[in-house]
Amino acid sequence: MSDNSSSNAYWSANLRLIVISLIIWALVSFGLGILLRPLVSGIAVGGTDLGFWFAQQGSILVFLGIIFFYAWRMNSLDREHGVDEE
Amino acid sequence: MDQFTINLLFVGGSFALYIGIAIWARAGSTSEFYAAGRGVHPVTNGMATAADWMSAASFISMAGLIAFTGYDNSTFLMGWTGGYVLLALLLAPYLRKFGKYTVSEFIGDRYYSQTARIVAVVCLIIASVTYVIGQMTGVGVAFGRFLEVSNTTGLLIGAAVVFAYAVFGGMKGVTYTQVAQYVVLITAYTIPAVFISLQLTGNPVPALGLFGDHVASGEPLLAKLDGLLVELGFNEYTTHNGDTFNMVLFTLSLMIGTAGLPHVIMRFFTVPKVSDARWSAGWALVFIALLYLTAPAVGAMARLNITDMMWPNGTAGEAVSIETIENDPKYDWMQTWQKTGLLGWEDKNGDGKIQYYNDKAESLQARAEENGWKGNELTNFNRDILVLANPEIANLPGWVIGLVAAGGLAAALSTAAGLLLAISSAVSHDLVKGWLNPTISEKGELMWARVSMAVAIAVATYLGLNPPGFAAQTVALAFGLAAASIFPALMMGIFTKVNSRGAVAGMIAGISVTLIYIFLHKGWLFIPDTNSFTDAAPLLGTIKSTSFGAVGALVNFAVAYFVSKSSAPIPADIEKLVESVRVPRGAGTAQAH
Repeated sequence: MSDNSSSNAYWSANLRLIVISLIIWALVSFGLGILLRPLVSGIAVGGTDLGFWFAQQGSILVFLGIIFFYAWRMNSLDREHGVDEE
Repeated sequence: MDQFTINLLFVGGSFALYIGIAIWARAGSTSEFYAAGRGVHPVTNGMATAADWMSAASFISMAGLIAFTGYDNSTFLMGWTGGYVLLALLLAPYLRKFGKYTVSEFIGDRYYSQTARIVAVVCLIIASVTYVIGQMTGVGVAFGRFLEVSNTTGLLIGAAVVFAYAVFGGMKGVTYTQVAQYVVLITAYTIPAVFISLQLTGNPVPALGLFGDHVASGEPLLAKLDGLLVELGFNEYTTHNGDTFNMVLFTLSLMIGTAGLPHVIMRFFTVPKVSDARWSAGWALVFIALLYLTAPAVGAMARLNITDMMWPNGTAGEAVSIETIENDPKYDWMQTWQKTGLLGWEDKNGDGKIQYYNDKAESLQARAEENGWKGNELTNFNRDILVLANPEIANLPGWVIGLVAAGGLAAALSTAAGLLLAISSAVSHDLVKGWLNPTISEKGELMWARVSMAVAIAVATYLGLNPPGFAAQTVALAFGLAAASIFPALMMGIFTKVNSRGAVAGMIAGISVTLIYIFLHKGWLFIPDTNSFTDAAPLLGTIKSTSFGAVGALVNFAVAYFVSKSSAPIPADIEKLVESVRVPRGAGTAQAH
């Protein structure tokens, strides 16, 4: 393991990334898919509205995006902070 | 060739394939039995995780629950995929870095306590056995249909097959077999969906067809379906009718539970590197999403087709006659499914026709009176048969029906095998070797593994005869239990300095309140008629027992936090362990315990 200050910076960068990712995660599922659906009900998507699409399709696609983005970003953070597995 | 022979060929052929692979990659030593020697590529691992994960609940049950409820059951879609985000961000890479074989080993080491480990093992066993009950429900439906026997007989035959199958090999056999099972199940799920989407909307991609136009009427498919259902007194398909708070809580329970189930987490111990564990979760979700993006289309389109079948002259015209059901080959599926006892109709008013409508709807009372209807005559339509019956309902060729039977069994079997493996490793490795008898021989340990599998499957089969709900609902209960116990302990182990007492108190509090809440609504030990409440009128506000896992998790976090605050902090070496789990460097290969 590298020195403490670098690994602290690494850990807080990781936590920041996790928090941002989870906000998006909650926004598309609990938000647009359920609680905020009435707010976007004016946006029509094929016979229904945007909230329905997010609940049955959109949230899943965004989840995929989040996981791959996180993996890519973390793997480069590992290298920047010198804590990757060589 | 008749349908029965075709089904046998498909199911038999796929089984021969899995068993062949299991023999070819047979587990030798104990460590191979548990974790496949850690040589599995992230994409392969993702595919195997997907097969392991997508069980009878996802394949057989979920689309049926969506079909008959509509938008409100989107919870299953979001919940069972959203959990992978939690898994990828909060657990997988750290558990891989820790580098042991089982979830309870992590909890035991991190909380430097044998008690914590035993409590975790017990929680894992409770959640996994509940999960297996749900699988057995699905296995019963699938075997009942394809062998054309009653649901009960199907269940008993299925239990024997699952047992023989799970005893065969360990994780290594299972990993490659599961890749084969994934291919079978995803093909079986998507092919009929593509056919049906083409028939109804002209679009070969079901996920797009769902939002496309219905060819026959020119209206958008979902608008058409909403219209038909309202005419029959049902709720609109796309609107929100249930309770919002419960919907949020249920989705959250499924998500947290996904990230707390041992057979899924164990998968991330088997990738070569920490960075691979991050990718692995993503690949697993790619393969899972192929089914989950298709499922809502399967549900909506099947509901439309069923309505059309029951009202061949339009919902304003005459209902289908019994004569047609008995003689028209298009309706053969109703006859075959009637044999399983999971589909039923009754001509209550004796007019020779079967009226399918919502007899509780105010809006339909006048019409019912005028036409002399005496209530809904499609008296039984088990939600779990929808996906398996779907190709027959849409009048697809016989080989598609055989393929779906094979796919449904692949889904149920692969998950049941993964869970039985998790249960057996918990008993033999954690309880017996880790606690009761540390000097046991490798052979003795494997013996325990097999005996515990047999006991688990016997219990699950017995309870599966009178299941607490449809397959996906029973499975949802298992998720609630995992959410309330394992996930908080793992997450706090990585992200906080919660101590041993806190974790133990948290797990016990979380699983106890959840289990009691579930038993109050579903019967003690799931024995029918011993419940004091129902999910229609739950004990606490609108919180159904299936949604309680999120509350249990909250209780777990809170209890752990306060107990930990009021007792001694964690020792220095555990603090070091937490620090080291947080960075990937030095992961290396895992140590044998």
